[in-house]
Amino acid sequence: MDWSWFLPDPVSTFGGEIDTLYYWILGITGFIFVVTEAVLVWFVFRYRHKEGRRAHYSHGNKRLEIVWTVIPFLIVVGISWASTEVWMEVKAADRVPAVEADLPLRVAAKQFEWNVTYPGPDGEFDTGDEFVKRNQLHIPVGRTVRIDLTSEDVIHSFFLPDFRVKQDAVPGMVIPVWFQATETGEYPLACAELCGLGHYRMRAQVTVHEVEEFERWLATETGAAGVEPGTAPAPADTARIETGQGDGDGEAASAPAGDEDSGKGGDRA
Amino acid sequence: MTTTATTAERVPNVSVQHWAEPGHEDDRSFWRKYVFSTDHKVIGSQFLFLSLFFLFVGGALAMMMRWQLGFPGEPMPGGGVFGQAKAVQGILLPEFYNSLVTMHGTFMIFFAIMPLLVGVFGNWLIPLHVGAADMAFPRLNMASFWTAVPAGVLMLASFWVTGGAAGAGWTAYPPLSAVPEFSGVSMGQKLWCVSIAVLGFSSLMGAVNYITTIVNMRAPGLGWMRLSLPVWALFITAILILLAIPVLTGAAILLLFDQTIGTAFFLPEAGGQPLLWQHLFWYFGHPEVYILILPAMGIASEVIANGSRKPIFGYRFMVAAIVTIAFLGWIVWGHHMFQSGMNPLLGTSFMFSTMVIAVPSAIKTFNWLGTMWRGDLHFHVPMLNAVAFVAMFIIGGLSGIFMASTPIDIYIHDTYFIVAHLHYVLFGGSLFAIFAGIYFWFPKFFGKMLNPTLGKIHFWTSFVFFNLVFFPMHNIGLKGHMRRIYDPTQYEWLAEIQPMNTFMSVSAFLLGTAQLLFLANIVWSLWKGEDAPPNPWKANTLEWSIPSPAPHGNFEEMPTVYRGPYEYSAPEREEDHWPMGEPGPGEERPPPEEQRRKEAAG
Repeated sequence: MDWSWFLPDPVSTFGGEIDTLYYWILGITGFIFVVTEAVLVWFVFRYRHKEGRRAHYSHGNKRLEIVWTVIPFLIVVGISWASTEVWMEVKAADRVPAVEADLPLRVAAKQFEWNVTYPGPDGEFDTGDEFVKRNQLHIPVGRTVRIDLTSEDVIHSFFLPDFRVKQDAVPGMVIPVWFQATETGEYPLACAELCGLGHYRMRAQVTVHEVEEFERWLATETGAAGVEPGTAPAPADTARIETGQGDGDGEAASAPAGDEDSGKGGDRA
Repeated sequence: MTTTATTAERVPNVSVQHWAEPGHEDDRSFWRKYVFSTDHKVIGSQFLFLSLFFLFVGGALAMMMRWQLGFPGEPMPGGGVFGQAKAVQGILLPEFYNSLVTMHGTFMIFFAIMPLLVGVFGNWLIPLHVGAADMAFPRLNMASFWTAVPAGVLMLASFWVTGGAAGAGWTAYPPLSAVPEFSGVSMGQKLWCVSIAVLGFSSLMGAVNYITTIVNMRAPGLGWMRLSLPVWALFITAILILLAIPVLTGAAILLLFDQTIGTAFFLPEAGGQPLLWQHLFWYFGHPEVYILILPAMGIASEVIANGSRKPIFGYRFMVAAIVTIAFLGWIVWGHHMFQSGMNPLLGTSFMFSTMVIAVPSAIKTFNWLGTMWRGDLHFHVPMLNAVAFVAMFIIGGLSGIFMASTPIDIYIHDTYFIVAHLHYVLFGGSLFAIFAGIYFWFPKFFGKMLNPTLGKIHFWTSFVFFNLVFFPMHNIGLKGHMRRIYDPTQYEWLAEIQPMNTFMSVSAFLLGTAQLLFLANIVWSLWKGEDAPPNPWKANTLEWSIPSPAPHGNFEEMPTVYRGPYEYSAPEREEDHWPMGEPGPGEERPPPEEQRRKEAAG
């Protein structure tokens, strides 16, 4: 039994910032919780009916009302203001490190698996050396990973609890996701959006390697996939199949992630 | 509120009301009296039995989910009755589990909590509290109930069609909900859409009626600032229903088109947008959250003022808070979609509006505490439940701040933290207020008191086990435990906290069992309960001035209102309550209604 209100240790660069915000809100709401519930319990005992007691006749107090309107307002606006910066850092498309990304990846969710397309050793897509791993996300520590996230069938949600990353994968949309791991190790990737009967087992493993180890892994896998680094660009159709895009998704898939369009935000609605 | 004498502020449209003649014999046939009745009290009671039935159905589904979560992969006792398509040798199948998740949410929200608050208390209270003989449109009112019945039957029947009941969550996100190949459910998902659309008409007929009745049929002297808070809350709720439900109905019909005639409103292959559904659904769905809490707040206000023997603290602020919550409720729907792929900048603006809605909620909480301050607290069963409502609403309200903060929502969205939050609001909040309301008003409509001893046992067991079930959900949510997961032990880090799940499941079974006490109390009290006096709680609103059970036609003549509903413990009076319709010293009862009607006509 674990009744803790602490979060598991974060292993991404922005994980700590999210957690700090969480502990602040926990402190503020925890304080309000303890005080209001204590007052309630105190009133319950203090003012319970006894023979001869008569209630104090009062319709309220305007000054008090203003006080307890203004103070909560200031608190929630303060929390919102503090949240904005972290939120925009994590999610806003114009801040997603598009060019500076050390490792661009494509992740296509489908019932009930995660297909990760790696760019090969040259770090670029559409050069013919990319390969797909199912339910395995390998990344280097201390490097910015940028994922173009999509789905082939229904809505899934890309959830890396230890990295404080969550983003729905929506068919017909390519949504940018970024993070940078701060520690090596193995971590879970889970689906957080109900996606059908296999939802509960739609999981993958995230392996965070040391940088050299990751490069060795990448080279081995590229060789195993039977593609030579630096060969001619594959035809668009092949690329589409490799990234697992359905026919109708061609436009979304071929739109280079991080271009003007997706730079305006993921919502194409 | 002023306690000084005022004469009738205005004479409402008296001519449309039928007032029973003194000594009037109720000669309606059995069918007219109890089945196809146009009497708002009977319709309210019909809604009570219908929604209590669905409350227990929804609860039974929750018990089955908790079995699977607490004891994954073990045969459920009695699970064999569901057949091989749902449970193999008693072990629930994942597709059946998804149906349980979906239908638990659907039944509880659309067929239990919403009709309990709006259908039951809207019908029971509005005409009596405004001093009217019935609703403005009694036949429309009857139609509202009899439209809800087939909607419920359709929804329930979907468990027995091929493929089983809908399994895409109560939020029915397409493409999962639109394409049978993805969910494995075809007919069930269609029935879901049809049932929701049909139910929408029932809600609209109710809402139109409530608004008209409150605006047009208030008794002389009953100004807006003398309305009881449940009626204020139901008035604002009816406006929310009128504006929100058509959006859901429209969306459900579009989804039905996607499922049946090959349109693609929500399917990307042909240019549709999955996110469009989410915008439409939550544009309805967030006002719906306030539809599910505002009447509960009104009931709690009524009961707390009565139990504290004190005027409600800050009546005008309470009204203003209801209106503010309802208004802000229209511009916060995007907080359900922070992680959906919606533009993150939009997320920021929805965060601000969502946070600000905490302010009127805080005002209400402080005013309930203010009402209890220096009161003379009588802990009758309704009061116990109403105070529990406040205590639980504080928790549900504060946990909402976490999700409203967009960065924290990244982590806790779609985890058990949300499940904890919504149950603290809807069960700890709404349902405890509903219990309070039923214990409080049952005597007025059935003429029998509910047994207080059984009521106290029911309250304390519910209160304790409710917290044992739902409080730990915060903790497992913070561990990253996803919601709507059939078998958490599939994940190593969730398998570690499996004892928590088992503990919550056992608590849930006890919580479910405790509700049988409530059912037993109703049955026993109807049969052998103590006869109810006209005013068992020494309350002020108009319904307590007439006999219990309230007769057909309500008041013998149109009542006149002299003061607000919360004049408890006024110093100039020996008794600690002061009925709204009782003239004070120097206030004279106006001439009989007949005479006024003649004067108004001439």
